[in-house]
Amino acid sequence: MNHLNEEQLVLFYYGEAPDTQEVESHLAGCDVCREDFRALQLVLNTVDSAPVPERSATYGQAVWGRIEGKLGIRRRPSFMRWWMWSPALAALILAAFLAGRLTHQSDGPTLAKNQRNVQLAGSQQVRERILLVAVGDHLERTQMVLAELNNAPEGKGKLDISDERQIATELLDDNRLYRQTARSTGDTAVASVLDDLERVLIEIAHSPSEVSSEQLADLRQVIESRGVMFKVRVLGSRVREQESKPVSNRDKISKKL
Amino acid sequence: MEVEAGSAVERARSGDSDAFRLLVEQHSRAVFRLAFRMTGNEEDAEDVVQETFLRAYRQLDKYEARSSFATWLYRIASNYSLDLIRMRKRHEDRRERGSNEDHDILQSIPVDSPSPDRIVYGSEVQHKVNVALNELSAQERTAFVLRHFEGMSIEEIGNTLGTGTNATKHSIFRAVQKLRRSLEPVVGSAR
Repeated sequence: MNHLNEEQLVLFYYGEAPDTQEVESHLAGCDVCREDFRALQLVLNTVDSAPVPERSATYGQAVWGRIEGKLGIRRRPSFMRWWMWSPALAALILAAFLAGRLTHQSDGPTLAKNQRNVQLAGSQQVRERILLVAVGDHLERTQMVLAELNNAPEGKGKLDISDERQIATELLDDNRLYRQTARSTGDTAVASVLDDLERVLIEIAHSPSEVSSEQLADLRQVIESRGVMFKVRVLGSRVREQESKPVSNRDKISKKL
Repeated sequence: MEVEAGSAVERARSGDSDAFRLLVEQHSRAVFRLAFRMTGNEEDAEDVVQETFLRAYRQLDKYEARSSFATWLYRIASNYSLDLIRMRKRHEDRRERGSNEDHDILQSIPVDSPSPDRIVYGSEVQHKVNVALNELSAQERTAFVLRHFEGMSIEEIGNTLGTGTNATKHSIFRAVQKLRRSLEPVVGSAR
């Protein structure tokens, strides 16, 4: 009687033997092959003891964080998507706002004009409110870009920040408009924060698309040294606070800063 | 889960990056386990995970729903691991190593003297299993891991690696022979 060879035993172990019943009946009646199979089982079962380091439940998110920038996906976080048209909106709001102020300043002191001024004051308040909303969104958007850079994973290779760079470039134009408006309306505190912010945005906009960990650390240093994150957060929350108040009770933001 | 994955794959193929993100989050751990067993170290395994998903994203249009998405990912991971192991082995071969340190360790553990401490013994066995797996060729290790740990059939492995059923079968046989040679003295002493 021929004994089973190793290949037959291996295939039987993995359930791929073409003649399973034959092997089974042979093993039942052959001590030598049974002992050989038992030794094989022991080795292969021992191989299972090789440990594999565990990865946490959030590992997939970490992997995504590492590869997202390399996939060439040109997308924005959802909250930003509607902001694609923000420069046009900002320009429109600013034009309306400045037009309102100029019209208001050129009016004479007659009764008819005074009545008209009351109406204009009301519409100016509405325009200021719209501007406030725009500034609030601008700050929120800026905060997200800064947060993304601050929280970007540090690896050995280069980090793709082309998205952040592009958004920073877009934000720069808006930021200049808002800063100039804040200065012209005497909101010096707002203008000052926007001024700091502008310098940081310039740094980001002028950075290479891919940065080394050292360059990323430098960018973070610029953000940190100017305390921009904190200032933007405070200003943003106060703007939002003002937005939620009735128009007639609203003071200038700078009075509260 | 597979239905959901199928729908995510479809959406990912039509350019929905959120759907691809879902797939990455869903399969990363399994790909890591496979990659670690293939490569034997965490750094390479992380490399394989990352490269697998990058390649998968670029080749999404080539994915055919006949196989599960997980199997398709495994195929990419296996082939990349295979390349990586071969590359590593070439580098190692080039280096002039006076002696095989792992082999020395293997020889230094007395075969016929069971350890008094089962925990120490367990870690020794695990170490020797790793050493034994590292002694397999890239082809043997890949085929063996897919058969033994991932439960793929020999035919599937042959298709995955593009080596055919017979060559795959022989890779597995050789792998098992080598593992037996390395590990039987160790597990035998525990009997």
